[in-house]
Amino acid sequence: MQVPLSWYLIVAAALFCIGLYGALSRRNAIAILMGVELMLNAVNVNLLAFWRHVETPAGTLTGQVFAITVITVAAAEVAVGLALIIAVYRNRHTVDVEDVDLMKL
Amino acid sequence: MREFFFNLVWLIPLFPLTAFALIVLWTNRNRLLSTWIAWIGIGLSWVLGWTILFLTWQDIEGLTPPLGNHRVPLYSIPTGSTSLQLGFQVDTLTSLMLLMVPFVCLMIFIYSKGYMNFGTEEVDSRYSRFFAYISLFACGMLGLVISDNFVTLLIFWEIMGLCSYLLIGFWFDKSYPDPKRITPKEAGLKAFLTTRIGDVIMLAGMLLLYSQTGTLTFHEIFAPDMLEHLANSYAFGSVSWATLSAMLIFGGAVGKSAQFPLHVWLPDAMEGPTPVSALIHAATMVSAGVYLVARCFPLFVAVPGGSQLYLVSFIGAFTALFASTIAVAQNDIKRVLAYSTISQLGYMIAALGVGAYVAAVFHLIAHAFFKALLFMGSGSVIHGVEHGHHHVHQEGHGEDEAEFDANDMMNMGGLLRRMPVTGWTFIVGALALTGIFPFAGFWSKDEILAEAWHDFIVGGAVGLSGNWDFVVWLVLTLAALLTAFYTGRLVFLTFFGQPRTEAAEHAPESTPSMIWPLIILAAASVPLGLLGTPWANLYFAFVGEGAHLPHVHLEHASFNPLVAAISLGVALLGWLVAWLVYGRKSLAEAVDPLRKPLGPVWTVLENKYYFDEMYNAVIIQPTIRLASQCAVFDRKVIDAVVNAVGNFGRWLASWLRRAIDSAIIDGAVNGVGRVTTWCGEFMRATQTGNVQNYLLVAAVTVVLLLALFLVRG
Repeated sequence: MQVPLSWYLIVAAALFCIGLYGALSRRNAIAILMGVELMLNAVNVNLLAFWRHVETPAGTLTGQVFAITVITVAAAEVAVGLALIIAVYRNRHTVDVEDVDLMKL
Repeated sequence: MREFFFNLVWLIPLFPLTAFALIVLWTNRNRLLSTWIAWIGIGLSWVLGWTILFLTWQDIEGLTPPLGNHRVPLYSIPTGSTSLQLGFQVDTLTSLMLLMVPFVCLMIFIYSKGYMNFGTEEVDSRYSRFFAYISLFACGMLGLVISDNFVTLLIFWEIMGLCSYLLIGFWFDKSYPDPKRITPKEAGLKAFLTTRIGDVIMLAGMLLLYSQTGTLTFHEIFAPDMLEHLANSYAFGSVSWATLSAMLIFGGAVGKSAQFPLHVWLPDAMEGPTPVSALIHAATMVSAGVYLVARCFPLFVAVPGGSQLYLVSFIGAFTALFASTIAVAQNDIKRVLAYSTISQLGYMIAALGVGAYVAAVFHLIAHAFFKALLFMGSGSVIHGVEHGHHHVHQEGHGEDEAEFDANDMMNMGGLLRRMPVTGWTFIVGALALTGIFPFAGFWSKDEILAEAWHDFIVGGAVGLSGNWDFVVWLVLTLAALLTAFYTGRLVFLTFFGQPRTEAAEHAPESTPSMIWPLIILAAASVPLGLLGTPWANLYFAFVGEGAHLPHVHLEHASFNPLVAAISLGVALLGWLVAWLVYGRKSLAEAVDPLRKPLGPVWTVLENKYYFDEMYNAVIIQPTIRLASQCAVFDRKVIDAVVNAVGNFGRWLASWLRRAIDSAIIDGAVNGVGRVTTWCGEFMRATQTGNVQNYLLVAAVTVVLLLALFLVRG
C-alpha cells in the first residue's frame, strides 16, 4: 500500500499556506524569513512526491537533486537575509518591517 | 630679353601698392622707415618703367621688328556669352607715359620729405599716412597707363579719384577765420563729386561701347573693322555709335582733366599739401584725362570731321583761353598755377581735337615736368615764407598771426635774393611754361600751333573745316599771350622787387631734399624739348608710328617759321607787358596795379567769372532744397508708413500672444503637466514602501492568475 500522491500534495499545500500566512502577517523580519523557509520546504515536498509517483526513466535522481539544490539556495538566502536584518538593526534599532519603509518618501 | 621685361610690366603699379600696404599696416609709427619704403617702391617702378621705355625706344632706332602692342593678359572673366579679358599692355604711348609718371612721382616723393618737415619739431602729425596715400596714388596712375582695357583703366582711374579726395582733404581739421574760404575737407568733397559727374558719363560711354562691340579691350575695340562698324551704324539720326561713345568717354576726361565746365574743382584742390598739388593736380592725375583721349584717339577719329572732334577741340580751346584769363587776376600763387594747369590741359585737349595727336602727347609729357617743377617751386616759396613768418613772430615784432596768408603773392616780393635756387629753377619752369626758346614748352606748344595752322592751310588730317582750325589756332595763340602775361606777373610779384612783408624778408632757402628735385626737373626742361624739335622729332617717330590709325594718316607738320615766330612773339610780348606792369618799378603797397584801370572786369576775373557762385545757385542750392524737401517727405510719409507697419506688427503680436500663445499653447503644456501630476499622485498610493504589502500583492496576483487559468480551462 502506497501513500497516494494527493496526500503529499495536501500536506505541501497546507505547509505553503502556513508559510505564506506567516510571511505576510508577521512583523518581525526573522519570522518572515521563517515563513519563506516553510514555503520552500513545501515546494521540496512537492518535488519529491512528484519524483516518486510520476513515471520516470529508471535510475534518474532528478527530483532529489532539485530538492537538494533548493535547500542549498535556501541556506544561502537565509544567510544573506539575516545579514541584511542585522545591518538594518544596527542602523535603526528595530527588526519590525513596518518601521522599515524608507522606500516610501 | 625684351619679352621678359615687357611681361613684368604688371609689377610697375605693384611696387607702390606694396609700399602703401606696408606703411599702412606696419610702419606707420616709424617716419623714417615709411619714407624709405615709399621711396623704394616708386624707385623700383621708375627703374622698371625706364627699362621698358628704353627697350621700346631701341626699336625706333632700328625700326624692326615693330613693337605694335605687347599684351600681358592676366585674367579672363566669363560674362555670359562673352568673356572679359583683363590685362596690361606695352605700346609706345604707354612707354612714353612711363617716361614721365614714375620719374616725376619720384621727384615729388623726395620733395615731400622736406615739405612735411621731416626731422624737425614741426613735422606733420600724419606724416607716414601722407607717404602711404601718395604711394597708392602712384599705383593708380601707373596702373592706368599700362591697362589694356576699360575695366582696369576705370579701376585705377577711381583709385586716383579716391587718393585725390584723401590727399586734398589731408589737412581735414584745418579751418579758416573767413567762413567763405573753402576748407580742405570741403575742397576734397568738391573735387570728388565734380569729377564723379565726368566719371559717370564716361562709364555710360564704356557701357555703350560694350553693348555695341561685346568687348572692352582696347585692341579689339580699336581694330579697323570694329571701328568701321561703330562709325557706320547709327545711334539716332546721323549720330553714329562711334561719335556718341567718344563724346561720352570725353566726359570722363573733362572731369579728370578739369576742363570747362567741370573745371571748378582744380583750383580748390590747392587746399591740399603742395606736393599733392604737384603730383595730382599738375603732373599726373589731371593728365590722365588727356591720356584717356589719346588712348581712345582711334575712336575719336573713326568718323573724320565728326561732331565729337568739334566738341573736343571747342572745349579744349575754350578752356585754354578762359582759364588763362582767370589766372591773370588771382593772388594765391598756387591758384595761378592751378588755372595755368587747366589752361595747358585745354591746349592738349584742343590739340587732340584737331588731330595733333603727337603734339598733344608731347605737350603732356613736357608740361608734366615743368608744371611739377613750378608747383614744387611754389611750395618751396610758401614753405620759406611760412618759416620767415614764424621767425619774425618769434622775435616779437611781427604782425598779427591770424590774418597772414603765406600763399598770397602780395605778401611776397624780392624772394630771389632770399631763395636763389628755388627762384632760378622756378624761372626756368616759367620760361618753359610760356614757351620761350629753347625750353621744352616752346617746342611742344609750337608743335600744337603749327599743326593747327597746317590744318588750316593744307586741310586737316581729321577732316575739320579749315576755318575751325584757324579759330582754334587763334584762340590758342591768344591763350599763349595770356599765359606769358600771368606767368610773368607771378614771377615778378614773387621773386623781384622789394619784400612787401617782414615774413618775405626773412624767408630761408629750403632744405636739400626739396631743392634737389627742383634742380633735376629744371635741368630736364631743355633736353625734353630737344627730343621733339621739328627737324628730328623723336616723339613723332615713336608715338605717331605706334598709333596705328586705320582711317587717318597722321601728317607731321613741317616747321613753320611764321607760326614759331608768332608764338615766340606773343610769349615775349606777354613777358614784356608783365614786366612793364609789375616788374619795372617795385610794387609798394599790396594792391594790384591793374585793379583800378580794369575795374569791373578785374572783379569778374578775380571771382573766376562767378562760376562757383553760379553752380551754387543753379545746381547745389536746388539740390539741397530738393534734398531737404525729400527729407521732409521721408520724415512725414515714409517714416509714418514704416511706423504704422511696425505698430501693426506689435498689435498683431500682442493679440496673437493673448489669443493663441497664452490660451492654447500654454494651456496644452500646462494640461500635460497637470495630468502627469495627477497620475503620479494616484499611483503614489500603491508605493507603500512596506515589503509585506508588495508580497501580498504578488501572492494575490498569482492566486488570481491561477484561478483565471483554471476557470478558462
